[in-house]
Amino acid sequence: MSASLAAPAPGGFGRMTLRLVLIGAVLVLAMLPALNRLPADSALHVSDFIVTVTGKWITYAILALAIDLAWGYAGILSLGHGAFFALGGYAIGMHLMRLIGPRGVYGHPTLPDFMVFLGYQELPWYWLGFDHFPFAILMAVAVPGLLAGVVGYLAFRSRITGVYLSIITQALTYALMLAFFRNDMGFGGNNGFTDFKELLGMPLNTQAARSALFYASLLLLLGALWLCSSITKSKLGRVLVAIRDAESRVRFLGYDVTQHKLFVFVLSAMIAGLAGALYVPQVGIINPGEFSPGNSIEAVIWVAVGGRGTLVGALLGAFSVNALKTWLTTVAPGLWLFALGGLFVAVTLFLPRGLIGLFSKAPK
Amino acid sequence: MAPGTARRYPFPKVPMRQFLLALGLLLWLALPARAQDAFTAALPGLAGGFGDIATSVEQLGALADPRALPILRVLQAGQLQKTANGRLLLPGNIDALTGQPADASGAETVRLNNRVRQALRGALGRLQLASPDAAERGAAAEAIFRSRSAEDVPTLQAAIARETDAGVKAKLILALAAAQLVASDEEAKRAAIARLGAAGTVEARALLIEARAANPGMAAAIDASIANIDQSLAIRRAVETLFQGLSLGSVLLLAALGLAVTFGVMGVINMAHGEFVMLGAYATFMVQEACRGIPWLAPWSLPLSVPAAFLLAAAAGAVLERGLIRHLYGRPLETLLMTFGVGMILQQAVRLAFGAQNREVASPAWMQGTLMLPGGISVTQNRLWIIVFGIAVLLLVIAAIRFTRFGLEMRAVVQNRRIAATMGIRTGRVDALTFAFGSGIAGMAGVALSQIDNVSPNLGTGYIIDSFMVVVFGGVGSLAGTLVGALTLGVVNKVLEPYAGAVLAKVFVLVAIMLFIQRRPRGLFALKGRAAES
Repeated sequence: MSASLAAPAPGGFGRMTLRLVLIGAVLVLAMLPALNRLPADSALHVSDFIVTVTGKWITYAILALAIDLAWGYAGILSLGHGAFFALGGYAIGMHLMRLIGPRGVYGHPTLPDFMVFLGYQELPWYWLGFDHFPFAILMAVAVPGLLAGVVGYLAFRSRITGVYLSIITQALTYALMLAFFRNDMGFGGNNGFTDFKELLGMPLNTQAARSALFYASLLLLLGALWLCSSITKSKLGRVLVAIRDAESRVRFLGYDVTQHKLFVFVLSAMIAGLAGALYVPQVGIINPGEFSPGNSIEAVIWVAVGGRGTLVGALLGAFSVNALKTWLTTVAPGLWLFALGGLFVAVTLFLPRGLIGLFSKAPK
Repeated sequence: MAPGTARRYPFPKVPMRQFLLALGLLLWLALPARAQDAFTAALPGLAGGFGDIATSVEQLGALADPRALPILRVLQAGQLQKTANGRLLLPGNIDALTGQPADASGAETVRLNNRVRQALRGALGRLQLASPDAAERGAAAEAIFRSRSAEDVPTLQAAIARETDAGVKAKLILALAAAQLVASDEEAKRAAIARLGAAGTVEARALLIEARAANPGMAAAIDASIANIDQSLAIRRAVETLFQGLSLGSVLLLAALGLAVTFGVMGVINMAHGEFVMLGAYATFMVQEACRGIPWLAPWSLPLSVPAAFLLAAAAGAVLERGLIRHLYGRPLETLLMTFGVGMILQQAVRLAFGAQNREVASPAWMQGTLMLPGGISVTQNRLWIIVFGIAVLLLVIAAIRFTRFGLEMRAVVQNRRIAATMGIRTGRVDALTFAFGSGIAGMAGVALSQIDNVSPNLGTGYIIDSFMVVVFGGVGSLAGTLVGALTLGVVNKVLEPYAGAVLAKVFVLVAIMLFIQRRPRGLFALKGRAAES
């Protein structure tokens, strides 16, 4: 059953059709910020809310891609990918906080408000350099990558697989959440970072900034999609699928399983970090709640709903589940958790191949 | 009234305590009339100048007259008034001497200066030391311990001589030592230093450090006493930390025992385990509410809720296993996600049914309070009971697995499902029962948690990760490993806490477990042989 999860079976939802739908969807998405610039009374006008929400969903879709690459292809179910996403968010958040400069409530030239409030005299050393945008972006990729490297090395080396790895990664994000809730960590404690003013000279509350961030997210999504699909189509991708399906056999054949898994885990964490870095300026806040284990596992269910082992499935899942969430939480807020819980149950029991599985024939 | 009845009740039925109080009051009033005359004579001085007031306060303090105490307290609070003709008025315009309402026209507040205040402190302390109430005498001894002056020595010595309550007497002796420390009697001072050293309290330590600067000649003796205190404080702290760690460990043990059955024995990863704990806590709440109306049953609602919580959680577990989990055997990652969803639904259902706010589960009277062990070690009763409960549940689980028919079938199915089925064991039924058993234990953990944590819909989420850590650390499928793992994690957490804070201690423990798994991937008590390979 190995390769069948990755590519639609002949006679099913054809590869060509899939590609056309994908291109169409990207084009529609790309139109949104342009339509937002139309006058408000125009029939085609798209509200600010829709642009922001769709931009947010795109970053979620990138996170879903990252999870799918690790889980769907290499069989690494990480329940801590939200941590990498949040770390990327915190990196860009630190940059945004530095850019506030003397415009904070306390008007301190360098220290962010929460540091003045907590009685800091000078910036902690790990805040240095974050006033430069390239450094912040570098950190948004490097810190999640490094963390994933250390955790992955320790875990894969001693052959911790399956649910054990899931529990360890969940414990990791839980520990990070507890740590970031502390005020003396120097990351704003409970409240995290908010009240951002500008990024790269653009005030964040303008239309221009919204569309710029939207297009940046879309570009990153396409880039990540291209990267992931070229990996999965390469020989490396086939080895990953083989590891997922029969890890010991791949090892006996002479492949270095640990290195392969480590590579894909670190890459996945880096993509998640970048997604987080684009998420935070769009929603305007980052706090330790992003580390909560529930967030990570919710992202996993996007992939499961869409169909793991297919990159398009991850995107489909991220958009459809989040659309359902946005709609349900406004219509009937009490029902959302029932719906989400029900999704977990229904997808695992009845739709093991996700929504994509509905369109392609089951493998023999 | 029949004569027999009259003989049985010679007095009107007065509760013993009130009777004794009244008797005490009568005795006070019957004290020599001279004291009352002295009281009447000393009182008017309070209406005079500062010097008169101070003298009067000292005289009143020397009398053992119960009427003096309230008046001096009013004076200390700055609420005593005096009229132009020398009457003293308590708040509410009551004449201090006669106790009758009086005309308050032209009254002014009696002012205090430092000399009066000092006299007041001593007088109040002395009057309190003579109080018939032991708690009041104890408070007075503690006040003197804090304010200590050389003048208190004779008063304290007299008080110690007539004191009957052992607890108050100990406090008085400490207060005397504190007073002797600032007095000029060198011999007494040395004895006091030794006595304070033996007391082993933080307050005594502070006193000794203060005295060390004032008495350079006795530095050696004082240092020895301080070292003595430090040692006993360290021992006490260590014992208390150990106790707290064991108590946290038994909470973890309770939460992890159910997992040791469902995850360890069956290999089913149940992320809704924490929600079964939560259900158990809510079952405790419901039993308590049901018992509320029945006075003789109410104190026993907690023991009653143990079986109730077990049954509720076990039923939920059986439904979950038969309805959903059994379709996913052999697919652990899917089971993990599915049970997480079930947990979410359970949480939200409870939130809608009971509200998101915390529910109050009261501790029965026999679980409340603090137990003082010898050496000043304090132990909270409910924590002690949780340790007892945790051990009891552990023994119960071991007994159920070792000695019952169900346990035998369960072990058979785990070791070789097919052969067990061939021997006529209905494996499906055993699966359901095993899962229900593990879930029921989670419910019982909920009863214990309702005593130390808030009963809220997300009660279980805080424990689920720790419980999995316990099982992974201790070794999957080993009850001994679960016990050792839970207690170790509990104690290590509590030992680290004073140095690193509660949160960082948790982080350290998580990291330590990850490193530990490097050395022993299958946990502390790894299964050996063929069964371990699967």
